[in-house]
Amino acid sequence: MNFQLPDLNPLKPELFMTALALILLISDLFIKRKEVLALLSIASILVVAYTMIGSSGTTFGGMFISDGYSSFFKIIFFVNVILSVSISIKYIAIEKVNFGEYYSLILFSTLGMMIMASAADLIVLYLGLELMALSTYILAGFIRYDVKSNEAALKYFLLGAFSSAFLLYGISMIYGITGTTNLRDIARFIGERGIMDNPALLLSVIFFTVAFGFKIAAAPFHMWAPDVYEGAPTSITAFMSVGPKAAGFAVLGRVFMVAFSSVKFEWAAILIPLSILTMGVGNIVALAQTNIKRMLAYSSIAHAGYALLGIIAANNEGLASMMNYLLIYAFMNIGAFTVIIMLRSERFKGESIYDYEGLAKTHPLAAALMLIFMFSLTGIPPTAGFVGKLYVFMSAINAGYTWLVIVAVIFSVISAYFYLRIVMYMYMREPKVEVNLTTTPATGFALIVTTIAVLLIGVFPTVSVEFARAAISKF
Amino acid sequence: MEQVIMNKLNYPILSTIIFLPVLGVLLLMLIDRSKELLIKWVALIVSVLTFALSIPLFTNFDKSTYKMQFVERYDWIPDWNIKYFLGVDGISVLLVLLTTLSAILCILISWHAIKIKVKEFYIAILLTCGAIAGVFSSLDFFLFYLFWEAMLIPMYLIIGVWGGPNRIYATIKFILYTLIGSVLMLVGIIVLYFHAGRTFDILELMAKTYPYNLQFWLFWAFFAAFAVKVPMFPVHTWLPDAHTEAPTAGSVILAAILIKMGAYGFLRFSLPLFPDATKAMVPAMLTLSVIAIIYAGLVCLAQKDLKRLIAYSSVSHMGFITMGIFALNSQGIEGGILQMINHGVVTGALFMCVGVIYERTHSRLIADHGGLATPMPIYAAFFMVFTLAAIGLPGTNGFIGEFLTVLGGFTTSKWAGVLAATGVIIGAGYMLWLYQRVFFMKVHEKVVGLADMDTREIIALTPLIILVLWIGIFPTQFLDFMHPSVEHLLERINVGGTQEMSIAKIFMEVVR
Repeated sequence: MNFQLPDLNPLKPELFMTALALILLISDLFIKRKEVLALLSIASILVVAYTMIGSSGTTFGGMFISDGYSSFFKIIFFVNVILSVSISIKYIAIEKVNFGEYYSLILFSTLGMMIMASAADLIVLYLGLELMALSTYILAGFIRYDVKSNEAALKYFLLGAFSSAFLLYGISMIYGITGTTNLRDIARFIGERGIMDNPALLLSVIFFTVAFGFKIAAAPFHMWAPDVYEGAPTSITAFMSVGPKAAGFAVLGRVFMVAFSSVKFEWAAILIPLSILTMGVGNIVALAQTNIKRMLAYSSIAHAGYALLGIIAANNEGLASMMNYLLIYAFMNIGAFTVIIMLRSERFKGESIYDYEGLAKTHPLAAALMLIFMFSLTGIPPTAGFVGKLYVFMSAINAGYTWLVIVAVIFSVISAYFYLRIVMYMYMREPKVEVNLTTTPATGFALIVTTIAVLLIGVFPTVSVEFARAAISKF
Repeated sequence: MEQVIMNKLNYPILSTIIFLPVLGVLLLMLIDRSKELLIKWVALIVSVLTFALSIPLFTNFDKSTYKMQFVERYDWIPDWNIKYFLGVDGISVLLVLLTTLSAILCILISWHAIKIKVKEFYIAILLTCGAIAGVFSSLDFFLFYLFWEAMLIPMYLIIGVWGGPNRIYATIKFILYTLIGSVLMLVGIIVLYFHAGRTFDILELMAKTYPYNLQFWLFWAFFAAFAVKVPMFPVHTWLPDAHTEAPTAGSVILAAILIKMGAYGFLRFSLPLFPDATKAMVPAMLTLSVIAIIYAGLVCLAQKDLKRLIAYSSVSHMGFITMGIFALNSQGIEGGILQMINHGVVTGALFMCVGVIYERTHSRLIADHGGLATPMPIYAAFFMVFTLAAIGLPGTNGFIGEFLTVLGGFTTSKWAGVLAATGVIIGAGYMLWLYQRVFFMKVHEKVVGLADMDTREIIALTPLIILVLWIGIFPTQFLDFMHPSVEHLLERINVGGTQEMSIAKIFMEVVR
């Protein structure tokens, strides 16, 4: 029997990523200055991004696919890694956890996300999801001596394992019904047999919703998010609030749009209350937070709710708007986290929202940038946040969910209160504590990139919208 | 037939008005924050230059056509069919000019009043004025909404950072009220976008007609945004707080131009886009307007705080404007537009006057002042002119505006006209009583020996005095701007040529 090697071309980025992450792990043994590892990890990402060119195609018997959709998400992941690593360098030294594994774990986690984005088969999906999740569990607990960090890791792990069980249960039911784990084959089977109202099928859709809802931190599966975001190292919070969330949306979009496209109305009916609840819980509970990381955790929950509108629209336009939203969210959210991380110094935590009082007086530039990110998260033009929201609202209205958009905009007004409260503290209160900013060239780089992206996309949305549309056309 | 007249000047006038302040902001950012005098002068020069460059809007405006003029149009976001589309017609041109003028006055009046974060203050003022000019000249819904919301960011800071003791409450109330209205309008805009076949172009949207049911819902969605901004009863409650707590320049921006955005929105969007819904809503809108006129007027009588009183008088005056607009006849609408300018001039001036005295006594309470005419005669004279204009004394601009709006209201609904006229009387009551308590009677110990207005303050207020008399004596020079545009608007709503109109026309001749 002839063994034929599958076409490895679509897999090129993942292969390079694996190799480079391993090299990084080993080189940690020889390199004493961990900053070098940070630079190496960024260089690795650039190499992997380069290998992505011309890698489109399907391989391993249709289990793995590299298309515009997956490439777009991979670019979000790369942006996420580059920015998160940039803000980590000084920060993990301050937290006294300056170990080389940190960077290779970030790369492994990202590898998992990349596999998720490219998964055309439920088994591959699960593989990627676990790789991402396991690496992130460790990263969440990276500050070993800190109880909160430990708590974050344990909580994330326990609830994550629970949600994986749901996912596996869903997969096994689907396999039981259709006899396949390939997304397109599942769709074909459902379509041919006309089993749209099979209760087991709907039950497995619900299980998938639960599992993915956990990853994107959608209410009521969001319970882990605030504690984990608060306890994890701030740089990892930034990383987690963008990467795994985007990966969760990537699989949600692909599984629901490809495998379950024939039960669109059923899963939309599940996702609609979910998104309302998510926006509601995220925005309303955020009002009561005094820890800025916790506040941004709830804000991140709320943003998942807005992005869900794009999936609920259940068409390519909707998916494009969701992707565009996540890309924009990556920039504005990491931008905000960069300012938060700059407040952290040897003897100062800088996590309470009261630490921001009078920041405009002591550090006008940092305050002005935070102002831009806060207005962007609120969704006020001319910032990117507005473009992101506008696009998902447009696609949801076009799909006939005007009432849902009205709910969403009302929640976004509520969100103005807690985002602008930070602005208020910075500009309208007198400084009470002395705040020293920890600035490095790397954080400066992250701030420049995120600010330019937020303003550029805000004024010329074409930059990202065109990109998302082109990506979805090769879905 | 092309519906617009492209800009024929040798520079893009509207873009200049909007973005020259932004360039000024970039320049200010480069200046060291300790050089406060330089910052002030740069801001002043930028605003004067902007105003100077906006004068062709007045001199080169073609008053014989309703078409959009000075138009600039470029593709901006092709994916969504969004254009960078600017232009003005008879409805908006004067408002743009008022905006560029207000920027100068705001900077002059803040010269000594603003002592902290000086650099940020002038940045915020320039950004606000640029964005508001953008609101008045955008002909693409996306662009319009962009400016409409972007204006909130600097305004939030102006009230919140440089305002009075209760400023934080006021600014949050301001932004939440405004946002909730705006986002509902945003939903409306998107619905309209898809219904009209994916276009944000306001002229294209106006060329279409919409089913009544859609008009009805969209009217209310837009109403939410505009009514909050105007502000109409019962969503006016943010205004007294914002006005009272804002620094003088903030109050001037609010009174002179910001709240005009709401009334402008009704004229530019609600009326021509949803004519059937508008006609059906006339009774409701007139009722709300009349309530605002009388209720806010009565509330004024009970105020102890100078700024709060003028703030409530704003609500009352804006009631005349919305009444004129929703009277849906040419007197009412032209009166409404003129009254928008008048109110901007007069109330802006009154707030500046209050700022002048607040800088000296650091009190806004009416009871803390008294007999001011003795130490500050020039100030008293200025204040008198503006008080009389606010009351609507013939010969001042207030008379023309109030007369036309009441006439318009009367033509459409006798009750509205009659009740609004009682509002004029209440207005005379509270303004004159205010003047009496502040300037006459016993000289209060706090005001003994106060210095009269200095040259800077006189320079800041003189243009407004000129406008009060100019509009008051030669109203046609300003009304002429509006005729073709208002006529076109009314054709669109197609109410015209009723019996009562001809009676009104005779009145109009009397005014001329």
